[in-house]
Amino acid sequence: MSQLANPRLTPDGLLDEKAMAPVSWRTPIILGVISIVGLLAFVIFTHPGRISRIVVSRSADAIQIGTLHLPSQGSALVLLVVAFGLTGLSFWATLNRRRLGVIPIAFGIVMLFAFLIWAVAGNTGGLPLPLLLSTTITAAVPLVFGALAGVLCERSGIINIAIEGQLLAGAFLCVVVSSATGNPYIGLIAAPIAGALVGLLLAVFSIKYRVDQIIVGVVLNVLVLGLTNYLFSTVLTQNPQGLNNPPRMPSFAIPGLSEIPVIGPALFNQTVIVYVMYVVVAVLQVMLFRSRWGLRVRAVGEHPKAADTVGIKVNRTRYRNVVLGSAIAGFGGSAFVAAALPFTKEVSAGRGYIALAAMILGRWSPTGALAAALLFGFADSLNRVLGNIGSPVPYELLAMLPYLATIFAVAGLVGRIRPPAAEGKPYP
Amino acid sequence: MTQEPENPESPVVPEQDPGTGARGNRDATRPDDQWLRDAMHRMLTSNWLVTLLAIVAALVISGVLIAIADEDVREASTYFFARPLDTVSAAWNSVAGAYASLFRGAVFDFQAPTLARAIRPITETMVAATPLIFAALGLGMGFRSGLFNIGAQGQVLMGAAAATYVGITWSLPVVVHVVMAVIAAMVVGGLWAGIAGFLKARTGASEVIVTIMLNWIAIWLVTYLLTTTVLRQGGSRPISPAVGENARLPLLFGEGFRLHWGFLLALGAAALVWWLMERSTIGFKFRAVGANMDAARTAGINVNMIFVFVMVTAGILAGLGGAAQILGTDKTLQAGSAGSIGFDAITVALLGRSRPLGTVLAALLFGALRAGSPLMQTVSNTPIDIVLVIQAVIVLFIAAPPLVRSIFFLPSPDRPRRVKEVAA
Amino acid sequence: MKLELRGITKRFGDLVANDRIDLTFEPGRIHALLGENGAGKSTLMNVLYGLYTPDEGQILVNSEPVEFAGPGQAMAAGIGMVHQHFMLVPVFTVAENVVLGHEPTGPLGLIGLDRARALVRDISARFGFDVDPDALIEDLPVGVQQRVEIIKALSRDAEVLILDEPTAVLTPQETDELIEIMRQLRDAGTSIVFITHKLREVRAIADEITVIRRGKVVGTATAQDTEAELASLMVGRAVSLGVEKAPAQLADGEFTVSGLVVTDAVGRRVVDDVGFTVRGGEVLAIAGVQGNGQTELTEAILGLRTPIAGSIVLDGTELTGLSVNDVLDSGVGFVPEDRSTDGLIGSFSVAENIILDQHDRPPYARGIAMDLRVVRERSEAFVEEFDVRTPSVEAPISTLSGGNQQKVVLAREMSRPLKLFIASQPTRGLDVGSIEFVHKRIVAERDHGTPVIIVSTELDEVMALADRIAVMYRGKIIGIVGGDVDRDVLGLMMAGVAPESAEQEAAEHPTLLHEADVIADDQQSEEPS
Repeated sequence: MSQLANPRLTPDGLLDEKAMAPVSWRTPIILGVISIVGLLAFVIFTHPGRISRIVVSRSADAIQIGTLHLPSQGSALVLLVVAFGLTGLSFWATLNRRRLGVIPIAFGIVMLFAFLIWAVAGNTGGLPLPLLLSTTITAAVPLVFGALAGVLCERSGIINIAIEGQLLAGAFLCVVVSSATGNPYIGLIAAPIAGALVGLLLAVFSIKYRVDQIIVGVVLNVLVLGLTNYLFSTVLTQNPQGLNNPPRMPSFAIPGLSEIPVIGPALFNQTVIVYVMYVVVAVLQVMLFRSRWGLRVRAVGEHPKAADTVGIKVNRTRYRNVVLGSAIAGFGGSAFVAAALPFTKEVSAGRGYIALAAMILGRWSPTGALAAALLFGFADSLNRVLGNIGSPVPYELLAMLPYLATIFAVAGLVGRIRPPAAEGKPYP
Repeated sequence: MTQEPENPESPVVPEQDPGTGARGNRDATRPDDQWLRDAMHRMLTSNWLVTLLAIVAALVISGVLIAIADEDVREASTYFFARPLDTVSAAWNSVAGAYASLFRGAVFDFQAPTLARAIRPITETMVAATPLIFAALGLGMGFRSGLFNIGAQGQVLMGAAAATYVGITWSLPVVVHVVMAVIAAMVVGGLWAGIAGFLKARTGASEVIVTIMLNWIAIWLVTYLLTTTVLRQGGSRPISPAVGENARLPLLFGEGFRLHWGFLLALGAAALVWWLMERSTIGFKFRAVGANMDAARTAGINVNMIFVFVMVTAGILAGLGGAAQILGTDKTLQAGSAGSIGFDAITVALLGRSRPLGTVLAALLFGALRAGSPLMQTVSNTPIDIVLVIQAVIVLFIAAPPLVRSIFFLPSPDRPRRVKEVAA
Repeated sequence: MKLELRGITKRFGDLVANDRIDLTFEPGRIHALLGENGAGKSTLMNVLYGLYTPDEGQILVNSEPVEFAGPGQAMAAGIGMVHQHFMLVPVFTVAENVVLGHEPTGPLGLIGLDRARALVRDISARFGFDVDPDALIEDLPVGVQQRVEIIKALSRDAEVLILDEPTAVLTPQETDELIEIMRQLRDAGTSIVFITHKLREVRAIADEITVIRRGKVVGTATAQDTEAELASLMVGRAVSLGVEKAPAQLADGEFTVSGLVVTDAVGRRVVDDVGFTVRGGEVLAIAGVQGNGQTELTEAILGLRTPIAGSIVLDGTELTGLSVNDVLDSGVGFVPEDRSTDGLIGSFSVAENIILDQHDRPPYARGIAMDLRVVRERSEAFVEEFDVRTPSVEAPISTLSGGNQQKVVLAREMSRPLKLFIASQPTRGLDVGSIEFVHKRIVAERDHGTPVIIVSTELDEVMALADRIAVMYRGKIIGIVGGDVDRDVLGLMMAGVAPESAEQEAAEHPTLLHEADVIADDQQSEEPS
């Protein structure tokens, strides 16, 4: 640090601005602390001699792999050694002013495995990996759609807190329409319409009436919650057979891909909703960052006046994006009821807020949102699986993880986060 | 710098007319005869009329929903073209019946056999309004200071948990016990909200996101604590035992009424918040930060400190709301004890335009909806969920005065400030 | 392309911003639109560019009436505009900004970035610009950003190019280059509309001059008219162009900055080893192109930013590490560069703004209770003293004109005993009357024996007020020179040339404006007075 305080130390008097930036030791220190805690919890203060079993294949899978039997303490020790190695690497990289790159991600994966091995140590059933992965996808789907909705809205400058309401509205209309018609796919068409209607309200109030976007979002959530609860208690309860009895959405296995061990069935033996998700993420990623439409949308979200002065209709762009994004969220709502589940009050159960978190953690990009949503889905799914097989960690505490992760993210503990500059500001 | 600076407007009332703003000193320093003319002027052009009309519009919209959901109405509508009046009268009956029972349950039960029973509903409204007043006062302070605290839900719950803990585990004499329980709720609520203020001050983390996340963390934390001996003493259900007799807020009118001292405390808090915001240097700083953070900072106000201070104060008030709910009304704690107090409080603060008096009135209105809805459900089969719809629609309308004015064909008032903006 | 405005009227409520304006812009001419701040020039151009719809009047392109519903249509008609506040997306690259709105696209609407880059390189080559198409706008200095704006307009084949106060962010030498570009464009047949309030530039560049005052065309002029004539036409009365001040009488106070280093959010040194001393009774002006660390320097002095090295000493007291509140308390008066963002709270009343930094101490407050009667009485006195035109001290400050708002800031900052007075861009956006008032107060503060620091990007202002001038470039002080230095030397220093070589360079290559000045001076001396 003393080196930084005195510019005269450089011989030629020319200062490389980048090189003179103060070094942030935050990430290496965090990694180090986690490593030490991990070492204590997973290796030192643990029962020696236990075995961690990990079930890799299901009986129905094409390729069978036997259950792994790992010595818990030893395996955790090996992983922790790797974790300490990565920590050291991050210290080195910081000292030499290199980018940390994938080090934190690799570290996270290693620590996750160490945790898993510790959590299932001595458990006779073992960790069912295929189940864990398939429920991860199931849990992640509404989050992905919700987060994409957030990305589309916020990239154009409108904050969408109403994702929760859009998911809920989508789920509701999906159930009603698919029950009434007996066809799950018609329900899939109805769901985005419900989301889009909520989005239209968000757009009209925040663009035309210039109401604060956070307020509109929060209030719309209350409105949709009240409406769906009310209609559930009246119309749906009066006629549950005809209106709240959705047919099951069939799954399709993609030949070949679905036979890949471990991940195949989870990723490629799914309902059409999941396949739509893959397509939408890919298309949005490309369109947002490579297409004319995407450039204009981002310009509107970053500097609407600049966009206006080159003839881009700012508010029209915003209306379109909000409605489109909200339709996507509405579509995601159908995932709650795809498995022939009837609609219940608050079926979305706060997922919309986690989707919001996934959008932030994914830094306003579709693939980032996908990754973050998968992470949250995994946390959720792991929590359930561990709950089923008997976990050493209370369910309630693990359930907090996505929220804690988001707080850490917005507090900048995992790098700088920069939302679209014009977010939340009405134009003109 | 290629971007033009923008003046952050008050986030809560974007349409606010500069003439009816928050500057209390103006009222105090005006000549004596001026207030009457001002009052008249305000009546005609101001937010109060818009608020009233927003409530009317919301009741009409909800009335439509009530009619739609009513089976008699739908049955009559099947032969609407043959006998349209049947549909209309069925709809009238269902809506009038629902709102009449709502009134009976919330204000005055004109069918009650005794006077005590007849006026009991209004006291129930006050009971329901109590935690709303506390929490919404805190939120309103935050809104006026430029902080979007969505976290009253978590703060209320944490306050309630703290009050419960003290109420069930400590054993203290009369008065002392309840005071300690209330203080515990204030401290924990304040600290919980303080996290968001601290993170905002230290790292610039959006308080909107942090408080939303803290809400969920609070729910899981309390759910967890209810599985442990911290908040549960035996029993299999996740519910705490009742707080000790000494830890309860005393009733105001004896056993026949649930109204407790918490309501008076809430009114006192409203008065205190008014003084703090309008007459004290602290409120001046809060409002300055809310209206223009950069100018406040340049004028030597420690904005980061204000963030923490505002959030802690809001948390203390929300914690008080939680304490009032447990120590005064519920006596026991469950994960759902906070109900939707936190989110209702947001709508209350918005409806009350973040002003203490408005907040008290708005809390009484929404408290009335809460208190009256169970009777409405039993008598007229209208589910209590309609209350959420009414609330949301009211707030949407008051947030967009031009919409209300166009619905009711009111002329739009002059908006000199906008013109100025364009001209600049 | 010939562009005509006929009877253009634009109102905002009661304010008539443009009152029946007739103008004709001929191809191949540079037409200067001269008027002081608030005269209605920018409103007129926004009408022309389709950003505002006129209440009355017509726009004609090649004698055909047209209506522009938005900038898109104006651009399609061949009108390009370089805005005073650049309309560039900071996180986009140069190429992306240039093609935004008329993107070359391939299949699926994907952008042909290669074609966009080629477009930028092509136009850059034509005018000898050195602009990297892949650079992010936020990393570029303002001078280069302006070129990107020009490239943007030219890439749309603009036949009429409107430049709104384009020289405000440039050094004299850069201004020269801009003039060269404008002439090149004119000779190629483009009509140039040059909006400014700077008399010297108008005289050097313009083929035609139209003067606008209070929303009306008040006359035309030629480059042969003297600056004094132009000024009186612009303001409507005779104005003194300079500031009257006696030679500095140094007094006791002393303010010293040494070795100051300030970094920005990503760790770049925005203030780099800065040191200077200001004595009581003198004005030190800090000159430099916008964005060279002046803002950060003043913010560091005030305690808004924490320096990573160096010291700031006022009369022997170290100011580094103190809070803003403590710095203000130690006798520093500060006028921030952007009054609407940092200086005032728009929704607060005049009175509340006057006591903004004193509200929590006597006589305005006892403990935490404010005394609203005292607040009102005192602020009424200040309004009187500083000639603030306001209906009452209870009026929201946002309803006041820019000049009156700035007087409120001055009233606040100068109404207590000062040991140091800092004013950043003290007259930005003000009308001539208010500028005169502000300058007088600043000189009075100096004559009172207070050390004064003026930060300004306006060379005219710097030269009018300064006893000594420090020039900042990329966070460093290039040199400190006397107040009577040559403009061209200052300009070169603002571009990073050291004082000694700057003097030599300036003597060898005088700028166009400098030569024009010499001629004008000769003319004036020839005129019988």
